[in-house]
Amino acid sequence: MIDAAPNPSAAIVRLQSVSRTFGAVAALDRVDLEVERGEIFGIIGRSGAGKSTLIRTINALERIDAGRVIVDGRDLKSLDEAALNGMRRNIGMIFQHFNLLSMKTVFENVELPLKLAGEPRAARAAAVWRLLDLVGLRDKAAIYPAKLSGGQKQRVGIARALASQPALLLSDEATSALDPETTLSILRLLKDLQGTLGVTIVLITHEMSVIREICDRVAVLDHGRIVEQGPVWEVFARPRTELTRRLLRTVRPPLPEPLQRSLRPDPPAAGRTLLRVGSSSLDQYSAVLAPLADPRWQAQIVHAEVDRIQAHSIGTVTFSVRYRGADAQSALLTVLQGHRAEVEVLGYVDG
Amino acid sequence: MDDLELFAAALGETAAMVGVSGLLSLSFGLPLGLLLVITETKGIWPLAAVNRVLAALINAFRSIPFIILLVALIPLTRLIVGTTIGTTAAIVPLTIAATPYYARIAEMSLREVDPGLIEALRALGASRWQIVREALVPEALPGLVSGFTVTLVTLIGASAMAGAVGAGGLGDLAIRYGYQRFETRIMIGVIVVLIAIVSAVQVAGDSIARRLDRR
Repeated sequence: MIDAAPNPSAAIVRLQSVSRTFGAVAALDRVDLEVERGEIFGIIGRSGAGKSTLIRTINALERIDAGRVIVDGRDLKSLDEAALNGMRRNIGMIFQHFNLLSMKTVFENVELPLKLAGEPRAARAAAVWRLLDLVGLRDKAAIYPAKLSGGQKQRVGIARALASQPALLLSDEATSALDPETTLSILRLLKDLQGTLGVTIVLITHEMSVIREICDRVAVLDHGRIVEQGPVWEVFARPRTELTRRLLRTVRPPLPEPLQRSLRPDPPAAGRTLLRVGSSSLDQYSAVLAPLADPRWQAQIVHAEVDRIQAHSIGTVTFSVRYRGADAQSALLTVLQGHRAEVEVLGYVDG
Repeated sequence: MDDLELFAAALGETAAMVGVSGLLSLSFGLPLGLLLVITETKGIWPLAAVNRVLAALINAFRSIPFIILLVALIPLTRLIVGTTIGTTAAIVPLTIAATPYYARIAEMSLREVDPGLIEALRALGASRWQIVREALVPEALPGLVSGFTVTLVTLIGASAMAGAVGAGGLGDLAIRYGYQRFETRIMIGVIVVLIAIVSAVQVAGDSIARRLDRR
């Protein structure tokens, strides 16, 4: 095991100013990224953001127009075809649609990477049984993939990806074709594997719930650019971009239904503002509350929750405050943000 | 010779022509079909020039009617098998006609293989040859078998024309006895036998393809 000392060589994957264009469209626009050994790194974005292109540059399934991709200290551009194939054997990959060979049994699918690497038959069999035990599919060894459920197919995909004992596992929307319950079981499996095998995982997803469930760090991709990245709890507590906020809405409990319905985007003549105030340090919440205690605001708490992410408690409280004009409101927001709180104006209500 | 012996001899000649030219066109046509698929721009071995030349050649041979090919290839046939008449001589034009035919059919089956599987193999560090051997051909196998069945049936039909170079076989029997000697019984007999053979080949081919298919 490589120690966790914070030096640049601890990164197993490094992307330096990587660009890729398709025609006039920049799929990737000067992307810089570092993935630490042993972590689960999530890349989130909407469809068309360039996620798929990005993850494919890491094992050179996608070529790049500019920049450098360095995996395990080696610049992929410097590798010839044979060396690249050797490198790819050390990088596992799982796919949204599993991509299992339909004419091979579960056993043969998992065995394939070892066969490609020229391992002798006897050694292969032992390894395949161990992998099938790892993903809980020993009893399905002789079955063809068509007879498996989606979750089972992805388990086979994971076993196949791990057969060559890779240091790095790439996951391309691996749970997007699965139902929520199966998604959770696959995510737990990935998390377990990271713990027991120490494998580094880079995953792409369009679901914040996946990021929240297993990732250590996250990068938000938009139009081929990384617009935000950091530890998951930090991005959840203090999203810096509108896109991230929008993506986060899917994992935060929504406002009570009647409140949602009466919410409007523009301030009324006489009405109240709904403010969502988030903070990653609950003990500092009193500082956040102080300015709101001013009776002029007539502040009321309409909704509150505490979320725990990566052992951090992230509090989110929604206040309703008297709307007293644009200037007064922006002054209040500035004060609140001064206390390292994440403040979002959700909208306005009458009253 | 009684009728039964006539039929037995003709059947043997047809089987020999179709069997040998079928196997030959399989062993030439499959690699050509593979080459067509892997050398295209998005293939695993992009070679635009090779792809274009190959496609043009295959189209050229496929556009020549078999009866013309049969005559036009007489010099080549002499060169290869030393004779221009008989069953052996017919195998040359039959093979040359069926090879591009099967190449196109194989190409279609190979093209239907999910690109995701090719990508998965590339991600596993498979070489081109390994991708062909482990994914492309096995995944297309049911289609390749069905296509070979179609090729065999086409060859049975074409082999009847090969009677024109004295190749014998069922077609020759029908022409010489059934048509020229007005022996309607023989003509009907040949038709019945041909229907039986074609049906048997088709049923066998379908059953093999179905048994191979795991999807």
